[in-house]
Amino acid sequence: MVVMMVTIGCVIKNPGNSRNNKTGSWRTFKPVLDKEKCIDCDNCILFCPDASVNKQHDIDYDYCKGCGICANECPSDAIEMVKE
Amino acid sequence: MVDIPDKDLLAPGHRGCAGCGASIAVKLALNALGENTVAISATGCLEVMTTPYPESSWEVPFIHVAFENSGAVASGVESALRIQGKDDVNVVAFGGDGGTVDIGLQSLSGAMERGHNMLYICYDNEAYMNTGIQRSGATPYGASTTTSPKGVASFGEDRPKKNMPMIMAAHGIPYVATASIAYPEDYVNKVKKAASIDGPAYIHLQQPCTTGWGYPSEKTIEMGRLAVETGSWILYEIENGEFEITYRPEERKPVKEYLAPQKRFKHLDEEHIEKIQKYVDAECKELGL
Amino acid sequence: MVKEVMTSNKAVAEAVRLAKPQVIPVYPITPQTTISEYLAQYVADEKIDAKYVKVESEHSAISAAVGASGAGVRVFTATSSQGLMLMHEILYAAAGMRTPFVLADANRAISAPLNIWNDQQDSIAQRDAGWLQIYVENAQEALDTTLMAYKISENPNVLLPSMVCLDGFILTHTVEPVEIPDQESVDKFLPPYVPEHAFLDPKEPMSIGNFADPDYYTEARYAMQVAMDNSLDVIQETCDEFAEIFGRKYGLVDAYKTEDAEIIFVAMGSLCSTIRVIVDQLREKGEKVGLLKIRAYRPFPVEAINEAVANCEKIAVIDKNFSFGIGGALYADMKVKIDKEIYGFIAGLGGRDITPDSIIEAYEKTKVPEKDVTWIGLKEE
Repeated sequence: MVVMMVTIGCVIKNPGNSRNNKTGSWRTFKPVLDKEKCIDCDNCILFCPDASVNKQHDIDYDYCKGCGICANECPSDAIEMVKE
Repeated sequence: MVDIPDKDLLAPGHRGCAGCGASIAVKLALNALGENTVAISATGCLEVMTTPYPESSWEVPFIHVAFENSGAVASGVESALRIQGKDDVNVVAFGGDGGTVDIGLQSLSGAMERGHNMLYICYDNEAYMNTGIQRSGATPYGASTTTSPKGVASFGEDRPKKNMPMIMAAHGIPYVATASIAYPEDYVNKVKKAASIDGPAYIHLQQPCTTGWGYPSEKTIEMGRLAVETGSWILYEIENGEFEITYRPEERKPVKEYLAPQKRFKHLDEEHIEKIQKYVDAECKELGL
Repeated sequence: MVKEVMTSNKAVAEAVRLAKPQVIPVYPITPQTTISEYLAQYVADEKIDAKYVKVESEHSAISAAVGASGAGVRVFTATSSQGLMLMHEILYAAAGMRTPFVLADANRAISAPLNIWNDQQDSIAQRDAGWLQIYVENAQEALDTTLMAYKISENPNVLLPSMVCLDGFILTHTVEPVEIPDQESVDKFLPPYVPEHAFLDPKEPMSIGNFADPDYYTEARYAMQVAMDNSLDVIQETCDEFAEIFGRKYGLVDAYKTEDAEIIFVAMGSLCSTIRVIVDQLREKGEKVGLLKIRAYRPFPVEAINEAVANCEKIAVIDKNFSFGIGGALYADMKVKIDKEIYGFIAGLGGRDITPDSIIEAYEKTKVPEKDVTWIGLKEE
């Protein structure tokens, strides 16, 4: 009988491996950025709860949960929430 | 302007609600503190959503032990680091309002009193959110929670918010501040200042919660802004006993504007809203806002 | 190598000094108090290079201990009775998180009613927390066992915290001659703690103390059972190594005149000293009696016990604790695992003296049993 063992003390030694969990599947609406309108205020990057906007303002749809904060906080209305 | 790092130190893939304010709070703090940081967390939304074995969102070393002891655990971690000569490693402990203001009060008080070189950030979403929105000592007057519900004979929470930042200031620690995720520059500046101080620092961060406060997920930051613009949440810092407001709204909006969009306040009648307005007015007057 | 007269509390403090922990979070409570005071003085005089954390409660003491041990350094703390009860929640966390530090418990009765004197209910109440528990009989053993506890706990096949149990007042506040090992020999026996499984270092980040759903929890707990099983060998090996360097022999148990005994006493802690004297007295009268002292209570050393009691007819277990309707914990555990006729005796609660007469009563009521479990010395109207 082989018992599936966990790590000693359930320690997780791969920092940031929550990236294995693609939370993009959660959303019903997705943010779409019109880069022409973007003024580089970086609100979307700062306010994203899921670190899903990078420095170039590309949205990581693997993780984006579609919360809409980025669209709501964009001062130039450059982000639209589009139904999936 | 807030510096944006190449890699966020709170990784995506965590189980926080869409629009979760706590993840914004922690992401901003960790990014400001940098990789040379050890994080401690109490049990709560943050811990549960970021460390479901075998996955973790923490890109820095992280430890969680229990609900009421992040202050004490951080004391142990800090002591261990310093005795090894690692004086430059940032020690940051996170606790929700429950784990800080209520059950965690004693261990935090001890940590602050002993003068450990650490930063404690209370992410205050104003109830025990992780377990389904039960009231805490930080639940504001009038809010409906599952254990202070509006009812035939109840208007919701009948006690005012415990003044945790002032309790911390009374410990005589070198740095105490309030912050909001809606004002990231102010928050990040405070985190950096706190980290540079040799001694205990405390930041009380208001963190709107879409699930617990009852508003659409995209308005998390907007709610935080409304709290500050109505004077319901005041941004200040106390550095070596010197008090200073760090953000003054140009014109203080009526609290109604902050209360109306939230389900937890929807039941309040004019009388109670008046009461809250008076309370906010008094607080603002006392602090010189 | 120095020989000095000292209390068991001082002996523990000396062992801690020699073991070189780096963080000592400790909160005073009678009758552990002098341990926390000696250690404070040692740190103040730089006899130990450690952070002495002046915690504000025992819950914080154990929490800081887990934090520091999780961070990767050697840690020591101590407590008693109410303090140990206040630690209860976190004792389980410490074991589950596999933080291998050492705690000395000055055995004391638990409130209510409030009582500061000796019995073993406090540590017994923690027996399922996942900690190793070793009960000591005298000051020398208190020192030696505290040193060995680090080596055992830090063994990669164990990695569970250890509780060294010493009887409050009976040991903590009486003096005996104790041989203090020299630092060089201790350093040879006990190298520094270098954790691999868990530590907090920004150069190699990891998450400790995580959330485990039903898919993982059972295996995490089972792994602790395996570690506890491993500790049986590790304890004996460590004792053997200790004997080689320091000359004093210990084991999981200590059998005294048990080979041809018809009735064997079983007990833990300082009580064994008294029982040994009674065993000799009874032997002079022709009684075939012996004593099995249990040192390691957790892990429960079934094999070692079976070996010692193989030839006897009956066993008399004297417990300074009890479980309602069942009897003492040692009695209950023996009944479950040892196939012999076993009788339980409850004595010494709240510091009540266990006299030679009490022990003889236990012997007589085993020779001619009246019932399974007897309360010795109960004052009746």
